[in-house]
Amino acid sequence: MASNERWLLPDGIDELLPERAASVEALRRALLDDCARWGYRYVIPPLVEFTDSLLVGLGADLDVLTCKFSDRTSGRMLGVRADITPQVARIDAHALGEAGVTRLCYTGSTLHSAPQSTSAGRSPIQLGAELYGCADISADLEVIDLMLALMARADTEERHGPITLDVGNVGVYQAVLRHSGIEDDAANTIFDALQRKSLPDLDEAVITIDVETASVLRALVNLHGGPEVLDQARACLVNVPAALAALDEVEQVIAFVRSVHPSVSVYVDLAELRGFQYHTGLVFAAYLEGVGTAVAMGGRYDNVGAVFGRSRPATGFAFDLKALMATAKPAVANDKPVSAPDLRDAELLQVVRNLRAAGRSVITALGGVHDARCSELLVKGDDGWVMQPLNPGENQ
Amino acid sequence: MTQQLTIALTKGRILQQTLPLLTAAGLSPVEDIASSRKLIFDTEHSDVRLVILRGSDVPTYVRHGAADIGVVGKDMLLEFGADGLYEPLDLGIASCRLMTAGFSERESVKTRVRVASKFVNIARRYYAGKGIQADIIKLYGAMELAPLMDLADEIVDIVDTGNTLKANGMSPLEHIADISTRLVVNKAAMRTRHGVIQEVIEALSRAVEQAADKESAF
Repeated sequence: MASNERWLLPDGIDELLPERAASVEALRRALLDDCARWGYRYVIPPLVEFTDSLLVGLGADLDVLTCKFSDRTSGRMLGVRADITPQVARIDAHALGEAGVTRLCYTGSTLHSAPQSTSAGRSPIQLGAELYGCADISADLEVIDLMLALMARADTEERHGPITLDVGNVGVYQAVLRHSGIEDDAANTIFDALQRKSLPDLDEAVITIDVETASVLRALVNLHGGPEVLDQARACLVNVPAALAALDEVEQVIAFVRSVHPSVSVYVDLAELRGFQYHTGLVFAAYLEGVGTAVAMGGRYDNVGAVFGRSRPATGFAFDLKALMATAKPAVANDKPVSAPDLRDAELLQVVRNLRAAGRSVITALGGVHDARCSELLVKGDDGWVMQPLNPGENQ
Repeated sequence: MTQQLTIALTKGRILQQTLPLLTAAGLSPVEDIASSRKLIFDTEHSDVRLVILRGSDVPTYVRHGAADIGVVGKDMLLEFGADGLYEPLDLGIASCRLMTAGFSERESVKTRVRVASKFVNIARRYYAGKGIQADIIKLYGAMELAPLMDLADEIVDIVDTGNTLKANGMSPLEHIADISTRLVVNKAAMRTRHGVIQEVIEALSRAVEQAADKESAF
């Protein structure tokens, strides 16, 4: 690298300068405060872990997404987290080990070996909430409710209109696979075609399997759209009871969202197999018009804790805080700092302390120059230090 | 917030064959694309506009949501990956085959084969799948020249008639994939703008069927 390019950051790595950093931090605090009010306890998992624990149960996708290096002290492989969820699952299963329901929330930077989308870059700030120990759909409804509440806090509606909540259930596809006993090789090509909703490719992939299953799979690829697709799904999955149970869960989510978040439009996608190796039931994601990727994603991932010694029902969701910020209503800075002269005057410094204690920002005018953000200044009057309006550009 | 739906088209041969389908689907551009220097075209459907791109750029635009829908060759999807895209429809136009080609059948004893192609990812996957170690050489055009000049042993390329190969003493060897033109859709747009996108997919699907009927009638 030429010496005049030392300022250059790696591809996909960004930094937040004061204005954006302030917005992201304000949003981070607001969202974590909300999580706390819902009973989610905050945890701070480590930046690096042994890959043995970091990559558990999450399949090949996370493996290639994780940056790894060897640990000199143990000789084992370390990974910089690409996803915080497995860390929180480990905390629930092992470090806390509580019986009953455990609610946890977290936020932190992650590192991806390659960007997942242009808007995200390679170092998203992940913020999420996870609920362990409850296998009932009530847990899924609670985390969906919380996810939508956090999006309402970010006020994405102002710039992007209503939220679209995508709801699916990997249980539908799993049930069809089990029911038909499709071989692994065929399952892979079918999975690939379903992921891309490619009917032409699916037609090719199902040539080798029985006619009845083939027609169910061909129907599955088109089972997406408004809530009305549930009726079509019931009709074509009538012979697969486990799939019908999965459909009931989707229906309950729709009914819940309609009654509690009427402005949210619901999109059902029964062929959505995101995180298929990892999710075990309901999956959901929030989309906004004009944003090319999901803003928030979540779903059920029971049994990930098993490798840590305790199998637990689990459901949760996560955002990329920077991507969410980009869709949020811009915050209006209402903090108008006060400029204080650069004097070691005990009385002045007491006034400054009092102002700061009352929540005002006070900036010392070093070298007699007022900080450009200040709208008022402290001047010595007959009765001590008082505030006066500061005209833009005015300096001592 | 109602934004126009953006369809990204692949310029060249695919564009020529896409336009009749768009017309049949009620989405034809309001001005002549060929004679205009514009980059964005309105259509007779007030909610839909068109942009004209290189084929390799179409998946990029659609994946990132800069365009909602794309029309692109399957070769581009195989080469650059179709992750993050839906491919709901085969438009059945600009069909061709992706093949290996060279002077004769491959000598089986060869340990490494030099392959020239602009489809480096497809070529790497294909030869690896056959258990053959291949050195892939990226070229941007005139693939047939590479074996003639002993730059490569074989090429991986689109074969339409095979006349260029024949004229240079080569022939198509192995079939890798049938290529046709696909409709691709951004995953987020499929959800947030489902109504209008489904409308476009269905209209184009009908247009494809009509075109196929017309062809079989001859």
